Amino acid sequence: MAINYIYPVYEVVRNASRCVNCKICEKQCANGVHKFDAKNGIMIADESKCVNCHRCVATCPTRALKIVKSDNTYRENANWSAESMKEIYKQAESGGVLLSSMGNPQPLPVYWDKIVINAAQVTNPSVDPLREPMETTVFLGSKPDEIVRDKDGKIVDNMTSQLKLSTPIMFSAMSYGSISYNAHASLAKAAEKLGIFYNTGEGGLHEDFYRYGKNTIVQVASGRFGVYKDYLEAGACIEIKVGQGAKPGIGGHLPGTKIVGDISKTRMIPVGSDAISPAPHHDIYSIEDLRQLVYSLKEATGYKKPIAVKVGAVHNVSAVASGIARSGADIIVIDGFRGGTGATPTRIRDNVGIPIELALASVDKRLRDEGIRGNVSLVVGGSIRNSADVIKAIALGADACYIATAALMAMGCHLCRSCHLGKCNWGIATQVPELVQRLDPEEGCDRLVNLVNAWTHEIKEMMGGMGINSIEALKGNRLMLRGVGLNEKELEILGIKHAGE
Amino acid sequence: MLKIDCKDKHFSEIGKTIRESKDKEIVIDNCLGHRYIASGVGGKDIVINGTPGNALGSYLDGCKIVVNGSAQDAVGDTMNDGIIIIHGNSGDATGYAMRGGKIFIKGDAGYRAGIHMKAYKDKFPVLVIGGKAGSFLGEYQAGGIILVLGVNTDSKTNVGYFTGNGMHGGKIILRSDELPDLPPQIISRKANAEDLQEIEKYVQEYCSYFGGEPKDIMEKSFYVLTADSANPYKQLYTSL
Amino acid sequence: MPKEGEVRIPSGCAISGIFSKSGKLTNGEKIISSIATMHDRSNGLGGGFAGYGIYPQYADFYAFHIFYDDNEIRKEAENFLYKNFFIVNMSMIPIRKTKKISDEPLILRYFVKPLDARLHETNLEEKEFVARMVIKVNTTIKGAYIFSSGKNMGIFKAVGFPEDVGEYYRLEEYDAYCWTAHGRYPTNTPGWWGGAHPFGMLDYSVVHNGEISSYDANRRYIEMFGYKCTLMTDTEVIAYVIDYLCRRKGLKMEEAAQVIAAPFWTTIEKKPPEERALAEYLRNTFSSLLITGPFSIMVGFENGLMALNDRLKLRSMVVGEKDDMVYIASEECAIRVIEPNLDRIWAPRGGEPVIVTLDKKEDK
Repeated sequence: MAINYIYPVYEVVRNASRCVNCKICEKQCANGVHKFDAKNGIMIADESKCVNCHRCVATCPTRALKIVKSDNTYRENANWSAESMKEIYKQAESGGVLLSSMGNPQPLPVYWDKIVINAAQVTNPSVDPLREPMETTVFLGSKPDEIVRDKDGKIVDNMTSQLKLSTPIMFSAMSYGSISYNAHASLAKAAEKLGIFYNTGEGGLHEDFYRYGKNTIVQVASGRFGVYKDYLEAGACIEIKVGQGAKPGIGGHLPGTKIVGDISKTRMIPVGSDAISPAPHHDIYSIEDLRQLVYSLKEATGYKKPIAVKVGAVHNVSAVASGIARSGADIIVIDGFRGGTGATPTRIRDNVGIPIELALASVDKRLRDEGIRGNVSLVVGGSIRNSADVIKAIALGADACYIATAALMAMGCHLCRSCHLGKCNWGIATQVPELVQRLDPEEGCDRLVNLVNAWTHEIKEMMGGMGINSIEALKGNRLMLRGVGLNEKELEILGIKHAGE
Repeated sequence: MLKIDCKDKHFSEIGKTIRESKDKEIVIDNCLGHRYIASGVGGKDIVINGTPGNALGSYLDGCKIVVNGSAQDAVGDTMNDGIIIIHGNSGDATGYAMRGGKIFIKGDAGYRAGIHMKAYKDKFPVLVIGGKAGSFLGEYQAGGIILVLGVNTDSKTNVGYFTGNGMHGGKIILRSDELPDLPPQIISRKANAEDLQEIEKYVQEYCSYFGGEPKDIMEKSFYVLTADSANPYKQLYTSL
Repeated sequence: MPKEGEVRIPSGCAISGIFSKSGKLTNGEKIISSIATMHDRSNGLGGGFAGYGIYPQYADFYAFHIFYDDNEIRKEAENFLYKNFFIVNMSMIPIRKTKKISDEPLILRYFVKPLDARLHETNLEEKEFVARMVIKVNTTIKGAYIFSSGKNMGIFKAVGFPEDVGEYYRLEEYDAYCWTAHGRYPTNTPGWWGGAHPFGMLDYSVVHNGEISSYDANRRYIEMFGYKCTLMTDTEVIAYVIDYLCRRKGLKMEEAAQVIAAPFWTTIEKKPPEERALAEYLRNTFSSLLITGPFSIMVGFENGLMALNDRLKLRSMVVGEKDDMVYIASEECAIRVIEPNLDRIWAPRGGEPVIVTLDKKEDK
């Protein structure tokens, strides 16, 4: 036994002079960390169960609790970190594949933080967003190749179906199953209020949410869960999920224990059966097969909905994107390697894929080099953390951004990265009814609306600073960006100059 | 009845005609590689003369489709309801992720037939292959039934390699004297009386479409393959 | 110092234009005095003019005005021209030496037609062929620069104040139905003459005042279609955008104006359904060609002139009319100096193009 013991990473520190033994922490912790020791009349904690989700800290009425990093340490070793050592012990004990949740936490470069934004001074004016019109409306979808006129010389409307966004931000795919009913309800309501879109993920669409269809992107993944005619018809857009930034090349697997009640119904699979999404679509082994899936969906829905194709950012992502653009898809979605997930093998999450900034820059350039950038819209996700990231993404060439981790945080997520355990104390990544009810969909919606509105306002401020009053004029406007502390190669790939140039 | 001549027509035109047609009965002639026929369509009787292209009857929602010829890849992809009868062979990934309805193939099916088939409540997909099936038959199968009859084949098992890989629900039934190599989570047994009753029902339906005597087919032995767990990968993971 | 094209140089400016709807020809003196009135809007680092109708004797030929750094480059470029064009006339462009204009390159003029054989070989429509050849010379022959390439029109430009540039090119010797002029205020020394305005592409010539904030979004989009923005100036990208929209996409000038100075969405929503649909269509289809930031531009084209302000109207522009004459300038004084008694004078609203064309003649 002793050899398997892993000392807890966090310590629950309880200020005895503040604790009033109200036991709220005990009730709030689904992991069973807190317990009342009746004999001694005090609250005690088992830190080995703590995931550091901060639920107890946040709900403690007397602020008696805090979670601190344990200073228990192995003999210091720059090569073998404590984390690496613990992983070895865990795998030696269980023989299992290490599983993690949310995005890559490793200290890999965040290029957003090495890019700075321009502002107008003298040679042209900045624009005041509070008083002047400032436009953030974006249309996603392919644009017509040719202007066609009727016999009277009037321009014929040959525009394919488009998604109209009030601001270039959407909620990225998170399936019902990986997150709760109330989380989905919050996202759906917020998308409707904001005039943007949320994405069902690959878990189907709960019958209660069909009414948000005009603000919904329905996803079709390799497992085809919950995919049938009404589902395809329900959304404003269909997204084919090929890959995800957190786990490109890896399928999904929602364990049978989570296939309960409405999840089973929404995914249209029996209770208790594993929901396995194979790594590839088994009708797509080659790029021409993608065209087949794109067009079968277009045929099935009468060409009334744009089709998006989502891929993880991988080494040859620009070639992949070029192939997608030529497959008849209307929107390309690229998910960077810091994107989140409800569960993925740790090794995949931390080692596979490339940063979204570089992927986006190279895809946008490739599509322009080939003269086909106008045929598709480009949406990026994978850890868009704030409005400046959005601005930078658009200036690098994106039409819009997907956010998911940020949206989860708006709903209460504290990034404890334990979604795969299914006991989310914030009622998000769980199906336990008493936990789910902790998230009030109205409040969740309000907080999402607040977040996106705040970001939109900041986007307008930054656009105004650049003297740009319409988001279209920012798209691909790389002269508005400069790199700080980046090497020649990085600047070349990003297609930007160094600050001072 | 609506007649559509596919000659010199693009699939999108054919698709539009079918979607917008008020006729219940539709006959499609000179079909040659036209894809996505009846994609997402319900409530029609469609006869196709020729060789329909890939993704025939994808997302099908309750039609009867008869193909007088062979079909290509991804027939009945994510099909929800209806019946597809193919008087010939069928390509790869036939019945991919189908949730309901039936597909009857007179001849052979390609690789990965019935991959990720699943059943739900009253939805119960049935894939009947008259000849033999390719490798990876019933991969990831989660529900429904795949029946391989091996009529007029010289194959011993009537399937390729890796039958039932990742299967975690439903049934594969093979009419053969021998079992193929199977992954460890698959349980196989000879068909019992109850199984045979179920099988005969489909065999009769098969013969009603393609001819032959049910009795002749039923004479041979049948193996029933099922998965021993609906959670095949439960033991795979650990976390800190 | 890097040359223009190696660095992006923002600049302010003055513009002026004269147009006779009846096609009456006037020499260059008036346009010079008009632009000279706005002397303080320029800083002596660029001036130029475009005249339409100036080469009636060669009206069917493309008039190439070319700057060469030296005679070696001239030979190289001429070899290229011989392989692709029939040259009916070539000469130095006549100039008048003045102390105010220095560091002049070789300036030559050619009247050309594409060789039939080359048109067949490349399978290109004539204008597209000419456009590609112009871009090819400008991007591949270092030190050669075709700065005017339209028919029966010509661009004259240099580093200097515009009135000095006009004198230098002896504009009083040319008669045109349409003149545009430009005085430039760049923020650093351009080093050579190509960066002055007007900027031309085939018959289109553009003069522009302001610095646009959408530059790189527009440039990176337009470069998908074979254009190369070698000068990194706003004017160059605007000229290509106009050429792309009007010649290649077949938009009318007023439709092109609706793309580059698209109405705000809130304005579009208030339009009647049919207009609204068209406005939304144009803005969405060509979203990357929306030009933001301050600009007032004048686009000369065959038989016409368009003037347009950005949609916030961040630059000044006035239009005056007298009989068949239309005057457009950054400042009213630049119009009054040549026509004190106007029938009408007004400042167009932001984003609303003013388009004037020659009156249709009976026989045409």
